[in-house]
Amino acid sequence: MGEEVKLFRTWSSPYALRIVWALKLKGVQYETIYEEVSHKSRALIEYNPIHKKVPVLVHNGKPIAESLVILEYADEIWKQSPLLPQDPHRRAMARFWAKFGDEKVLPSIWEAFTKQGKEQEEALSIAMENLKFLEEELKGKKLFGGEEIGLVDIALGWLANLVSVFEEIIGLQLMPEEKFPHLFAWMQVFADIPVIKESWPPRDKMVAKFQALREVHLSKEAQKD
Amino acid sequence: MGEVKVIGSTRSLFCTRIEWALKLKGVEYEYIEEDIRNKSPTLLKHNPIHKKVPVLLHDGESIAESLVILEYIDEVWTQNPLLPQDPYQRTISRFWAKFSDEKVLLGSFDACKAQGEEKQKAIDTAQESLAFIEKEIEGKKYFGGESIGYLDLAIGWIPLWIAVMEEVGEMKLLEAEKFPFLHKWSQIFMDLPPVKECLPAREALLEYFHASINYLRSLEANKQ
Repeated sequence: MGEEVKLFRTWSSPYALRIVWALKLKGVQYETIYEEVSHKSRALIEYNPIHKKVPVLVHNGKPIAESLVILEYADEIWKQSPLLPQDPHRRAMARFWAKFGDEKVLPSIWEAFTKQGKEQEEALSIAMENLKFLEEELKGKKLFGGEEIGLVDIALGWLANLVSVFEEIIGLQLMPEEKFPHLFAWMQVFADIPVIKESWPPRDKMVAKFQALREVHLSKEAQKD
Repeated sequence: MGEVKVIGSTRSLFCTRIEWALKLKGVEYEYIEEDIRNKSPTLLKHNPIHKKVPVLLHDGESIAESLVILEYIDEVWTQNPLLPQDPYQRTISRFWAKFSDEKVLLGSFDACKAQGEEKQKAIDTAQESLAFIEKEIEGKKYFGGESIGYLDLAIGWIPLWIAVMEEVGEMKLLEAEKFPFLHKWSQIFMDLPPVKECLPAREALLEYFHASINYLRSLEANKQ
């Protein structure tokens, strides 16, 4: 078809992983370019001068940045295994939940992960309130997308990997199964999908990386006092 | 095509963009004014997660988050399309709308709120973001090209709201010499009757921003 698809990613970025999943689910052939955060390539900066971040998808020379924006593009170009439903209201709800994931769930879990003591307790409480909304949304459904994986599953898929990594590091439960039985079940179903399973970054490397990140955050907080 | 209601607040730029979209498509709607300092049970019922305006009610279904609502409106009422037809151009519009909300708007607000030593740095940061938008409008009549589109509506807060933030924040942000193309676009955009029709009164906005900024500044002062 003469089509050229490149994906700029890092080995660990959960945002870039979304694009890996989408492209693999749709059976799109693509070239991967791995970036180092500390030493970004000229190509990445040229393709994403505004944010200078991964992921960037380059399709036939045209760059697209911002993972949720890229997912919508991918869904419009490669129509097999659609990520968004056809019905406008259901599409709007999918976009709503994906946005909620990025703007509320992720930051609140990150707060709970990078703080300690009373601040961590407060952050954990907010994170759990956000997770409760997701738990409600999953009732009666196998996946957020229904029977098939969809945009919201991909947008929230980082939970299926990072929650257990974070829990291991901080020694606290972020998503106890008794409180979040549907989310728990969803994580198992999601993580078992072959394309998802084969794409997780190595767990020991993830634990080491996030352990180090948590320490950096904690020491920055300590310096403030 | 079904009953349309907008739960909104006339001071909220996120609500104005929804009204612009509906007006441009000639969609009749009922506007329900919400007092955001005293939220109604209706709002809490239709947007329990964020408890914010705007909420679009269409045939009993509710949709929240203004950019999500804009896409919904464009998909349901296909006359006068807001998003471009070409997938890549659509993507570019979405990218810049996100950038405008996440960087330009927040940056401008931060610059408005900042005081003392931090003020100039906040202004510089906001202007760096504005510079990207300036580049996007260069050589174009509208962000949508020859006709007004999704990105014009998403960025349409700039002319009035930045002027208000400049006055309340005692600063210059959107200087004409630095942003000539944005200035030109602002004049064309603000002259359109459907745009003018939905704008809040400048005085009301000034009052609202004064109150918000004072409140936020006092919160920060109490933290120290």
